[in-house]
Amino acid sequence: MSNRVTNILVPIVSVILGLIVGAIIMLVSGFSPIDGYIALWNGIFGDAYTIGETIRQITPYILAGLAVAFAFRSGLFNIGVEGQLIVGWFAAAYVGLVFEDLPKIIHLPLSLIAAMLAGALWGFVPGLLKAKFRVHEVIVTIMMNYIALHVTNALIKTVSDGGDRTERIFSSASLRSEFLANLTDFSRLHYGILIALIMVGVMWFLLEKTTLGYELKAVGFNQNASEYAGMNVNKNIILAMVISGMFAGLAGAMEALGTFEYISSKGGFTGIGFDGIAVALLGMNTPLGVIFGATLFGSLKYGALNMPNAAGIPLEIVEIVIAVIIFFVASGYIIRLLLQRMASKKGAK
Amino acid sequence: MTKRKFGLGLSLMLAAGTMLAACGSDDDTSTNDNGNGNGGDADTEETSDFSVAMVTDVGGVDDKSFNQSAWEGIQQFGKDNGLTEKEGYDYLQSQSDSDYNTNLNNLIRRDFDVVFGIGFLMEGAIDEIASQNPDAQLAIIDAVVDQPNVASVLFKEQEGAFLAGVAAALMTETGKVGFVGGMEIPVIERFEAGFLEGVAAADPSVQVDVQYTGAFDKAELGKTTANLMYQNGADIIFHAAGATGNGVFTEAKERKEADPDANVWVIGVDADQYDEGQTGDMNVTLTSVLKGVSTAVIEISEQAQNGEFPGGETLVYGLAEDGVGLADSRGAIPDDVMAQVEDFKKQISDGDIEVPETVE
Repeated sequence: MSNRVTNILVPIVSVILGLIVGAIIMLVSGFSPIDGYIALWNGIFGDAYTIGETIRQITPYILAGLAVAFAFRSGLFNIGVEGQLIVGWFAAAYVGLVFEDLPKIIHLPLSLIAAMLAGALWGFVPGLLKAKFRVHEVIVTIMMNYIALHVTNALIKTVSDGGDRTERIFSSASLRSEFLANLTDFSRLHYGILIALIMVGVMWFLLEKTTLGYELKAVGFNQNASEYAGMNVNKNIILAMVISGMFAGLAGAMEALGTFEYISSKGGFTGIGFDGIAVALLGMNTPLGVIFGATLFGSLKYGALNMPNAAGIPLEIVEIVIAVIIFFVASGYIIRLLLQRMASKKGAK
Repeated sequence: MTKRKFGLGLSLMLAAGTMLAACGSDDDTSTNDNGNGNGGDADTEETSDFSVAMVTDVGGVDDKSFNQSAWEGIQQFGKDNGLTEKEGYDYLQSQSDSDYNTNLNNLIRRDFDVVFGIGFLMEGAIDEIASQNPDAQLAIIDAVVDQPNVASVLFKEQEGAFLAGVAAALMTETGKVGFVGGMEIPVIERFEAGFLEGVAAADPSVQVDVQYTGAFDKAELGKTTANLMYQNGADIIFHAAGATGNGVFTEAKERKEADPDANVWVIGVDADQYDEGQTGDMNVTLTSVLKGVSTAVIEISEQAQNGEFPGGETLVYGLAEDGVGLADSRGAIPDDVMAQVEDFKKQISDGDIEVPETVE
């Protein structure tokens, strides 16, 4: 069996295996797996509305996945995507609602840049601490998540005069459009998906086509060797975290300018940043892979909402089924090994 | 060779896809036996099969708090009207803020006559969905949405909390009581304001220790906070913190188990939390501040059924409307204290005492 066939077969087999095990779980708990999967399918691709919403859900996942993947490539584990996303969300929403009467061509980019800067700042701190004092970035980024959560909650309160949610942003900062809403039957689909896809290209270009990217990857492979080769390791660590934070901040801007158009105080994390870790790993930390990881994650997550709605399966069971499917996709390596062994047996005959 | 296999794989996927899709439409027509197909959402309203549904916030219908209370109201309404679950009444749970829109839309598409959004978190979503679906009838609890097809329900939490404050101030032995809040949001601040006011009205010398945990779903945080309060001399804690408050109960129960003579009490919130306070044959629940979410849900459903849906109105439930109140203390509060509580209750109902909504 050639390599290419295995490459195509592995994801297909793993998804099918995941679906089968998920079906068994539904069957054992007394629900019809056929109804369940029909509901899931319709929940993802059912009509224009669900397709629009599915894409809407995928958008922040792509950016969060890019953020994690970018840091990974430089040998850093950015658990702080969640916090960077939240500050980015707030920054974009804030800029979106304080400037009145700005033309869209200035207002929208300004909001996006604000989100990127906020995310960059939240990435800069752990990067600096890592570079200067060798404080492990995992600890710092986790703590920065909590700081982000509670600082933004306090800021929301100030901005909204003691309320729990900001005003809606001005339409000049919004990523939504009437055209997309009409096209998809009032779904919250917005132009953010284009930004996300452009960022995929940006990350690929940065990593593969620039000196900076080469250095970042080199630092990721071996810090000592990079230093010996004359690279400034500390500068690269900070830069990697800052760029990673920018991607995460943009993910927040998608929520601020697209999905919600406001920010409300949060009792807990959004989860997008943490799911971003899985998205990046599923995509093997490559820009293109992140698109696939985010698509899988986003569509399953969104489609799952329809399973209690259309098939009456409790949310807890649905979550297990979705987790099982993702689990099998993630363990593609085992399936690859299995396929290769089967192939070599055939060859021996 | 490789190409052919790839093609085979693709066509298999395609075939599976069409099969699934075909099943989908079959299923749609077979389950939809209560009406004549998917068309026209306005036409079905006049028929007798009235239906209601609700969307929970991230809490879920077993949160022992207002989601559960709302669901109980809907179940009650469904039973009284002989409706079947799923078709006559149903709920959808949200896992994150971004799910509200989808869940609300899903229910509207299933032609439910009234769709409730439970909790202030859904304000933005309800507002958006209401303007997109002018024919749908929506209702929201704990927030006001200014749309002609949305009924908004508010509660005077401060009035219920006031009575809890009176009871706490008269029952404390240490002269110190506590308040554990969830997030610092208007709803919870109303509880705090009422509680502080009630304590001050009954006994101005009693101190109140106010702490916010910043979350509704962190029981361990509630436990730590309660631990600190009890250690600092408070003996009665009123919590308005959802599942975080379960930690307050845990801490109180542990103290009661360690020392059965200890004077530790918890005042529950939203629903009667007597069962939460049970440990062995002792109970630490002094009383609970009830919030009549189920009453409100049933009333609005009934009005809508009679064609009098209060769209565009804001309904406020206070002590006078029996929308808030104290749960049966089951003997934990002595009669002389109860008499004073009743006295205050009458004054509030009559409008002699105006309980402030915010802390001064």
